[in-house]
Amino acid sequence: MPADHSRACPVSIHDMTVAYHRRPVLWDVDYAAPQGQLIGIIGPNGAGKSTLIKACLNLVPKASGSVRFYGEPYGAARQRVGYVPQRESVDWDFPASALDVVTMGRYGRIPWCIPPRRRDKRMAMECLEQVGMGEYARRQISKLSGGQQQRVFLARALAQDAQIYFMDEPFSGVDAATESAIVRLLRELKSKGRTVLVVHHDLQTVPTYFDHVVLLNMRIVAVGPTKEVFTPENLQKTYGGRLTILEKAAEAVAEGRR
Amino acid sequence: MSPSWDTFFRTLSLADHNTRVVVAGTTMLGIAAGVVGTFAYLRRRALMGDALSHATLPGVAAVFIIFGSKHLPLLLLGATLSGVLGVLAVLGLRRVPRIKEDAAIGIVLSVFFGAGMVLFSIVQQMRTGQEAGLLTFIYGKAAAMLTRDAWIIAGTAGAVLVGSIALFKEFRVICFDQDFAQSQGTPVFVLDVAMMALVVMTTVVGLQAVGLILVVALLIIPPAAARFWTDDLALMTVLAGAFGALSGWSGATLSALMPRLPTGAVIVLCAGGAFLVSMLGAPHRGVIASVLRQWSLRRKIAYQHLLRALAEMEEAALGPAPAGVGALERRRGWTRRQLHEVIRRAVRREAVAWAGPDALRLTASGRVEATRMLRNHRLWEMYLIKYADIAPSRVDRDADEVEHVLSEPIVRELEQALDAARAIPPSPHPQEAPAT
Repeated sequence: MPADHSRACPVSIHDMTVAYHRRPVLWDVDYAAPQGQLIGIIGPNGAGKSTLIKACLNLVPKASGSVRFYGEPYGAARQRVGYVPQRESVDWDFPASALDVVTMGRYGRIPWCIPPRRRDKRMAMECLEQVGMGEYARRQISKLSGGQQQRVFLARALAQDAQIYFMDEPFSGVDAATESAIVRLLRELKSKGRTVLVVHHDLQTVPTYFDHVVLLNMRIVAVGPTKEVFTPENLQKTYGGRLTILEKAAEAVAEGRR
Repeated sequence: MSPSWDTFFRTLSLADHNTRVVVAGTTMLGIAAGVVGTFAYLRRRALMGDALSHATLPGVAAVFIIFGSKHLPLLLLGATLSGVLGVLAVLGLRRVPRIKEDAAIGIVLSVFFGAGMVLFSIVQQMRTGQEAGLLTFIYGKAAAMLTRDAWIIAGTAGAVLVGSIALFKEFRVICFDQDFAQSQGTPVFVLDVAMMALVVMTTVVGLQAVGLILVVALLIIPPAAARFWTDDLALMTVLAGAFGALSGWSGATLSALMPRLPTGAVIVLCAGGAFLVSMLGAPHRGVIASVLRQWSLRRKIAYQHLLRALAEMEEAALGPAPAGVGALERRRGWTRRQLHEVIRRAVRREAVAWAGPDALRLTASGRVEATRMLRNHRLWEMYLIKYADIAPSRVDRDADEVEHVLSEPIVRELEQALDAARAIPPSPHPQEAPAT
């Protein structure tokens, strides 16, 4: 798929290479995300999934290449982009309530040196309620379960009121209640025409959760609609020898269902 | 050594101009250090303040060698310059592969301090007796503070407070989640520089009062103490400022009463005292509170175990019957002493009564309570079995009543499942759930 930085394309990545300490992590990535879809970014550990997101958001330097959001560079498109980092990337013992964290999603729209206004807090509260966490608004964040913390992060991204969302492993280590809350939320975002890119680990749920997939292993192995691209051959190419274990697991599950 | 009553009252009432100056100076220093320290502490930059303060020494000595002057603003300027150089050195070293932050801080701190000591020895050879004033920068001597010095501290403290309040929202988000802040367009690097600038200002004006070895304590200890009392960042910042003020005030007052005590050390010890009190005595996060919580939880659990065991034994005996203490002892892993302690408590609460020298029975009210506990316990067990996937996030272990946590339909479903699961026929005594 050629990435020509079209204005109609929510995220277009052109010829992007990222390297840490001279070791390349991502090679020559060319990708144009389709508008209004749920897109899964799939690949083994160390494939550069998180790096892909972080490079798009200018959080790690790119060795080469460019990324555009609806044809604009990140600096100009920032308010249209929302981000859910990995849950483990912060210290949850920080002195803040769930509402405090969600309100941070509004900071990008509040001028410097001005505290959050009442309407920002109200919107943050609505976002918390949307992920089913309204009653935990005043609770200190370390007293929330892992799944609840993840939902707080999602609510913070909702408060950003963005067009394009990047989510880094929102499903990792969450309980079933949170998982279904996230899925509900993703579908809601899609119905509003938002584009969501999600780093995802669990291969079994890929076909049910995502319309499109990006199969990644330091380079793009395959992209496209899940039905066409999420095939054993492509997965084999993405995961290499490691997939055999997964395949056996998947077969076992399929057997059990029959 | 011990001061007369007259001195005592004169000091506490700030009757002397000199005492007023010193106490005001150290108190304002404490406020500024506590407030900016809160952010440095949460950003895990607190030890950077230590590298910074040690790195000011060569600047102080160099200014003295070059200008031959002990003019304070000039010395502080030299301190600032070499302190900033030290901070930059730490930041630069951190970028070198295989040098971690702690190593970078250790290297800069000791090398700059060493350089300062070497320069000091040159000062000593230059003019005898003149270097005495410079030593206050190492150990601190608040008593030497002049009115003008207090004004410098006041101005700095004011600037630090204004900066911290203005950038509160920005500091909060970079302390919690740097990547997210940056993705939103918050200039993390600029804010870090601003934060370090506030730390530098506070440290440099604190040198004279507290000394470069101990000034970092005022940046770290008040926020660490404040963290025990609250989970709210704004309140924590205010509390840290208050603890800093308290330390500065009490330290200066004490050393005014006993002039041979080094002010800096006394201020730090006062801060340490505030920390100790907070760590032990804070209501939720404090050590004593958490030990008490553990203890009362253990007592409560033991009591519930006793009542549940008696209810189960009655159930097995198909009717109210006294239970032997020996049989109770075998049922659970408690020692004889623990068992007798919990029995004493249960008797006092009139939930059980002695039915002989070595046998217990449930009282009427105890039976109601025990039956309820047993039912609750089984419903929770059933819930964990039936809803193993979602249960852990919903189970509130503090909740006594299933109904308080789970919705009514689920409770009813669990009750049905519970009845179906019992292979043995229901006991003759009332099985239905007591009204709640």
